[in-house]
Amino acid sequence: MSNPKDPGASSRAGLLRDATAIVGIAATPFAKHLEPTEAELACQAIVDACADAGVHPSEIDALCSYTMEETEEIEIARNVGCGEVTFFSRIGYGGGAGCGTVGHAAMAVATGQAEVAVAWRSRKRGSGPRPWTNTSSQLRVPGQWTRPFGLLRPVDEIAMLTRRYMHEYGATRDHLANIAIAVRKHANRNPAAIMHDRPMSREDYMDARWVSEPLCLFDNCLETDGALACVVVSAERARDLRQPPVYIHAFAQGLPPEHQTMVNYFCDDPLTGPAWACARRLWANADFGPQDVDVAQIYDAFTPLILLSLEGYGFVERGEAPSFSDGGNLEWPGGALPVNTSGGGLSEAYIHGFNLIAEGVRQMRGTSTSQVDGAETCLVTSGEGVPTSALLLRR
Amino acid sequence: MALSADGWMLPVVDEDGEGFWEGTLAGELRMQACGSCGAMRFPPRPMCPRCQSTERLWQRVSGQATLWSFVVAHPPLLPAYAAIAPYPVVVVSLVEDPRLRLVGNVLDTPDGPINQVDPATLRIGEPLGVVFAPMVGQDGTEIAVPRWLRSSPVNGS
Repeated sequence: MSNPKDPGASSRAGLLRDATAIVGIAATPFAKHLEPTEAELACQAIVDACADAGVHPSEIDALCSYTMEETEEIEIARNVGCGEVTFFSRIGYGGGAGCGTVGHAAMAVATGQAEVAVAWRSRKRGSGPRPWTNTSSQLRVPGQWTRPFGLLRPVDEIAMLTRRYMHEYGATRDHLANIAIAVRKHANRNPAAIMHDRPMSREDYMDARWVSEPLCLFDNCLETDGALACVVVSAERARDLRQPPVYIHAFAQGLPPEHQTMVNYFCDDPLTGPAWACARRLWANADFGPQDVDVAQIYDAFTPLILLSLEGYGFVERGEAPSFSDGGNLEWPGGALPVNTSGGGLSEAYIHGFNLIAEGVRQMRGTSTSQVDGAETCLVTSGEGVPTSALLLRR
Repeated sequence: MALSADGWMLPVVDEDGEGFWEGTLAGELRMQACGSCGAMRFPPRPMCPRCQSTERLWQRVSGQATLWSFVVAHPPLLPAYAAIAPYPVVVVSLVEDPRLRLVGNVLDTPDGPINQVDPATLRIGEPLGVVFAPMVGQDGTEIAVPRWLRSSPVNGS
């Protein structure tokens, strides 16, 4: 795409700006295996998020989640005791959906389609099967162009982009290790994180077994059971509730030209993926830019997605993320841009990125276990390499 | 479900890809091209994203390519793949238009196994040429998949 349009040229750009706020968050415990069903975990997270906000579940009138979410809206509504639900939406593309669910909730509230919106994700990915082992669902486009050649798993698909990235920019495994180690340190400070008690040294990283070269075990996210939810209301309503409002300053989704989900090899420039499209709209709708972001929660199913996203969202120029990752820049405290301060998908829990949203809210409330002093703005992103979404949160 | 008798995943031929797989069976690498503006595109699809024409045709290409990127897959994998792991998987760029990229496997000899090449010797940018490997589905369906040879004959010869 040589001449992207200027999303800021829209006369309606920024209508969502600070119009809504996240007022409640909740998470179940995270574990390799939890006994309750996904439906029960989902309902518990939603009810707990309502309690955190100080709203009653009967007030919920909008429900937003992922297309991959197994628990349907009708099950949520008849379990938690919703009243009349007047907005419900699902967003596709796996881990690209997370911030989109909150963004759709915000748009529903801002446009008067609902007043108390809930976004959630519940997933027993720890105890359930790995999706790529289901061969009967793997061979539609683009699968028929990749799977027969042994490119079977998400890690293989992202490793292909990673090798090219390393070739073009001179990145090394040390840069990937910077990412894995930074988020592990944050997880070591977070008692809720799966990897809370498991420090990781650079030697641990370098000695880890390969999964898909150039990616090793510690470049991969966890496999976790758990659920999270958040509650979105109008800025006016938020001022009367229990928690300090965390404003949804801007929201965007991104699907660039000729993109193929997970295998973004078939477009003009595979190393500028969905994050770049999403970022143009996001910043156009915001009062501030990447230089003003105090802390970021960046989707990390795989370590290289953080490098790609740092460039896509404009924190650094193209090809500069590897050197930016040196010197503890991504680490709390004191890093130029601490990322994934709860441990992220790599070391806290992998709930399709929804735990990144909850951590963004905690940073804005001042309650993170790796709290960035005086943090007023937070970027939260969803999956790179798939049609994606992002939120700018502010106090 | 398309699996070979020994557990390899086979392409599910659909309306979009039919011409490609007819080509591989005939020993030719064919790209879909727009019948109106002539632009080649991959993967195949019903409409040209440049000129919105639904006219389309299949065009034989040289089968010459360069290595764009590669991975080396290690277990856990599906059983047939785990049995031969580690093996490299590549993306190649066609010489006709480097933005036309295909996922595939690289070989030293035309009928070699996909774990034949030592991954440590692979170099991004190295030249490759297409060959075709016959596969048979559990239901007896015959298909041929492209593979990429490090020193190749001319496509279709």
